[in-house]
Amino acid sequence: MLHLTYLIILLPLVGFAVQVLFGRRLGDPVAGAVATIFVGASFIVSVGVFFDLLAVHGAVRSFTQNLWTWIPVGGMQIHAGLYVDPLSMTMVLFVTGISALIHLYSIGYMKGDRDYPKFFLYLNLFVASMLILVLGNNLLVTYVGWEGVGTCSYLLVAFWFTRETAAVAGKKAFIYNRIGDAGFIAAAFLTFDKVGSLDYSVIFANVGKIGTANITAICLLLMVGVAAKSAQIPLFPWLADAMEGPTPVSALIHAATMVTAGVYLLCRVNPLLHASPDAAWIVALIGAATAFVAATIACAQNDIKKVLAYSTVSQLGYMVLAIGAGAYEAAIFLMVAHAFFKGLLFLGSGSVIHGLHDEQDLKRMGNLRVYMPITFVTFGIGWLAIAGVPPLSGFWAKGDVLDNAWAAHPALWVVGIFTALLTAYYMSRLSGLAFFGQDRWKNKVAVGADADMPDAHHAAGPIPEPHESKWVMTLPLIVLAVLAAAGGVMAFATPHLSLARWVDPVFSGSLYNDHETTSTIWKLSTLDAVVAVIGVFIGLRLWITRADRPKLEWAFLRQSWYFNEIFDAIIGRPGARLAQFTSTVIEDKVIDGAVDGTGALVRRTGMALRRVQTGYVRNYALWIVVGIVALFAFMLTRTWWA
Amino acid sequence: MGLMSTTPFPFLTVLVLIPAVGAAVVALIPRQRVAGWTHEAVGIAVSLVTLAVAVTVLVRFKTHFGGYQFTSDHIWTKSLGIHWSLGMDGISLFLVMMAAILFPLTLLGARVKRDPRSFVAWVLLLEAACLGSFVSLDLILFFLFFELTLVPTYFIIGGWGYARRGYAAIKFFIYTFAGSAFLLVGMVAVAFLHQSQTGVLTFELPALMHTHLSGTAGVLLFVAFTAAFAVKAPIFPFHTWSPVAYAEAPTAGSVLLAAVMAKLGTYGIIRFDLNLFPQATRTLTPVLLTLAVIGILYGAVVACAQRDLKRLVAFSSLAQLGFIVLGTFALTSQGLTGAVIQMVNHGLIIAALFLVIGWLYERRKSWQANELKGLQWSAPVMAGVFTVVMLASIGVPGLNGFVGEFLILSGTFIVHRWWAVAATFGIIIAALYLLWAYQQVFHGEPTERDKKTRDLAWSERLIIAPLIILIVFLGVYPKPVLDRITPSVNQLITHVDQATRTHQPPVATGQSASTAVSGSDSGSTLGAGGAR
Repeated sequence: MLHLTYLIILLPLVGFAVQVLFGRRLGDPVAGAVATIFVGASFIVSVGVFFDLLAVHGAVRSFTQNLWTWIPVGGMQIHAGLYVDPLSMTMVLFVTGISALIHLYSIGYMKGDRDYPKFFLYLNLFVASMLILVLGNNLLVTYVGWEGVGTCSYLLVAFWFTRETAAVAGKKAFIYNRIGDAGFIAAAFLTFDKVGSLDYSVIFANVGKIGTANITAICLLLMVGVAAKSAQIPLFPWLADAMEGPTPVSALIHAATMVTAGVYLLCRVNPLLHASPDAAWIVALIGAATAFVAATIACAQNDIKKVLAYSTVSQLGYMVLAIGAGAYEAAIFLMVAHAFFKGLLFLGSGSVIHGLHDEQDLKRMGNLRVYMPITFVTFGIGWLAIAGVPPLSGFWAKGDVLDNAWAAHPALWVVGIFTALLTAYYMSRLSGLAFFGQDRWKNKVAVGADADMPDAHHAAGPIPEPHESKWVMTLPLIVLAVLAAAGGVMAFATPHLSLARWVDPVFSGSLYNDHETTSTIWKLSTLDAVVAVIGVFIGLRLWITRADRPKLEWAFLRQSWYFNEIFDAIIGRPGARLAQFTSTVIEDKVIDGAVDGTGALVRRTGMALRRVQTGYVRNYALWIVVGIVALFAFMLTRTWWA
Repeated sequence: MGLMSTTPFPFLTVLVLIPAVGAAVVALIPRQRVAGWTHEAVGIAVSLVTLAVAVTVLVRFKTHFGGYQFTSDHIWTKSLGIHWSLGMDGISLFLVMMAAILFPLTLLGARVKRDPRSFVAWVLLLEAACLGSFVSLDLILFFLFFELTLVPTYFIIGGWGYARRGYAAIKFFIYTFAGSAFLLVGMVAVAFLHQSQTGVLTFELPALMHTHLSGTAGVLLFVAFTAAFAVKAPIFPFHTWSPVAYAEAPTAGSVLLAAVMAKLGTYGIIRFDLNLFPQATRTLTPVLLTLAVIGILYGAVVACAQRDLKRLVAFSSLAQLGFIVLGTFALTSQGLTGAVIQMVNHGLIIAALFLVIGWLYERRKSWQANELKGLQWSAPVMAGVFTVVMLASIGVPGLNGFVGEFLILSGTFIVHRWWAVAATFGIIIAALYLLWAYQQVFHGEPTERDKKTRDLAWSERLIIAPLIILIVFLGVYPKPVLDRITPSVNQLITHVDQATRTHQPPVATGQSASTAVSGSDSGSTLGAGGAR
């Protein structure tokens, strides 16, 4: 089935076309079902391709499919080509699988929405773009998907376009990503300049000829793209705002798949990263800093989705840290596990929001475990998994990253383990506020009015009693809960079946270290577990009893370390002033002023000649026509009768 | 293979004559005796016949051949050495196609209420002039067509424009006319210099391109030619006629000015500057690259401050033309091919933008962004069309704008790295103003008036559909177009290289055999080997 790889992308693309042409006629809920079927079919094809890939033998299992020549100009020959190897296959499997589940969930979640078919249209286009990104066999095809997912993210964040905040958030997401795209494309230019090709295979075969300085430059330019797409410092602020989108979008795009594209890209170009230790160090430092900063911010958010958003940023930081440490396998492991538990957490939060009639403020929740038992149990598994409680998937995945951080440099590990403590704490705070304590949703206003969080969404009026969601919504929750709980099995290194061994051949320069002495592993793992339990304990202890603890919600953290304000002060406002000045002074007064001034001068000098000339342009214009027509007529007579 | 390939049937002459004759016919049909729609119907029929001829030319066009095709050469005046000399190569082919597609769409999609007879006649005359400019190989003939475009445009703006149409029309006319004066003087000078060297007086480009022009003379003549083209395009800082002209012109005027006529300027640079003055081109490359980059950034920054949609698009156009100039003066296969295909892409994109904005104006009598809100609520199809065109303009891959932009920037990067890097910032700013405009107009809570705004009618959807299809097609599969452009571009670059005895620095250090699928079509300009 390897030769059917193209179908993996084509199926959701056909789904998109069907929605464009017939979406409105299909309506609610058929449009959603059709979209889900196309993505589900894509998942089935992926599974088939996966088994075929398993049967391929060789140093690196891989398969290249060239579809057509895309941009051929002189020495630049860019093909629309796909590349299947264990790395891209892993991505394809979890992207299509989780996408199918979230499509199913959306059938229920988006019910009754005015633009129901359009939602699935965008969602199918997103899946296709994400798969192009993952399967591209050269930098430019990857870039197609890269911008494609960014565009879909823009369309979906601004989906509820009548809301001003959603419109602004969509635009913000696009522009932050655009900054990253500029870095990505500049890296492509430099690569083409040095290698003469953008195909991964050719680039990697010529790593030795590029030169270390150039490789570092390429890696850092790509890192700009990664920082935007995977929400790393300093380009992460857009992700929290992106929570304006419908919750399935947050789960699929802004947690499970799109935001991991940066991590995937760094894994894809691992031979380059391996050849530039400087770049790898910078990547590791950015990852560690992001993991920590985002975790602190998550401790002080009241909007349930924003806690999860910053948590995503923090987890992505872990993945980037792992890559910087050379442990690509660990990054991939955490990426897959994170897709399970974070997708689950977002869908669970969606179920909560749905049950509470669009309430997103944690301070207006409480005791929901009584009213929404399925949501509570599944969400609870996600919560303990991300907190790193054994034996759930998060414990293994995060432990893998931390062990490798330890091997790279103890300082990285210290940041990592402290962040793990924060993670367990803020997730327990969230769970405590939402599912335990008093039924605060009965109150009219939130505890500790959130004057400095004006963008938290609230249900209109008093909230009726919460209710559990329908099966289309709870089924994906259950499936993801099972995966989030049991995902750790991916790590058990039986000789033939483990995620790390499966993807390992792709990473020629991997520093992945699963051979730490057994005693070190045991010590580190025990510490991980202890830290997780302490964090959970503190979080629950503090937040079940009281929902109002302003001292623990420091404004500096609530405002995300003032990153938005800083960007606004150094880029936003000066930029607006520059545009205004250029437009009103330089354009209107200087450049155009010079033109009109010259015109006026000529007019004044020409006054004397006024009698000779009529001064009417239209007379001149007519004379030009007459003259040229006469010339042409003359020419024609000469041409055919001469 | 010779330089020329002739065919018996004079396709290009016919191509130019059909709209010219059509203009005359429309002007002669009396207004009173026929139904009101007759003139428009005849005009549309004529432009469709022209399109059919253009398609025939496209089908018969020989791929992988860099020289002129479909040439027809008749002596007009022996004493002055002026010829009716037409020809077409890969550089002009798709400009002709673009024009042939956009004229009927404009007549269909941007109709006028007052005096359609004159309007249609002027538009057809403009089509003849534009097509003539793209296929002229004689300098004087080109000049005549080039000048002839001014007249219909002037009357279209002045006759059917908006509030400040008088000012706009005069400014446009005088500014571009002043530029053309330099062009005429330059052309005559080149011919005389050629005569003094060879004893033959001719204005034919293929003959003149081997004229030896010493440093200073070449530079001065280059400047004279470029003055006219820079105003026409426009290139920063000669652009100030364009925002007001685009804004005050009726929709048809904006579409044709920005999509087709702007290309006369950039086409003129490629066809005449590069062929006639290779030495001066090399000398002045840094100047033009710098103007291009300033134009890209300046146009984008000023566009950010615009509240009027038409003015916003006008400044975005300035930025886009900056990219085209940048790619041209990179003088690499990728850069110049990118510039040529981007002329076509920009034409399609900006035509679609102005059409949609025009339809918006018909409904709301406004193109002030802050007077419109939440239109996606009542006009989802219009919003969808605008989104696709906007994304194409921003350069999202998968749509046509990206292909040109990528070729231009990568082709520039390999020879003039820092100019390309500076221009890359332009693609970030482009997202700013277009998304801002979209948000203002289509997002937000609609008022009652906004809720009553009609969506695109079926006729309008059918008119915009070909443009959307082309925008997607050229983004996904530009190969047929690139295969026809590149041979001509390589031939031109070889000419410049030979005349200046320089060679492009080879890019590739590790071109492996598996990827270098260069067929016979690809020039050796970017071959493998040789470290920089």
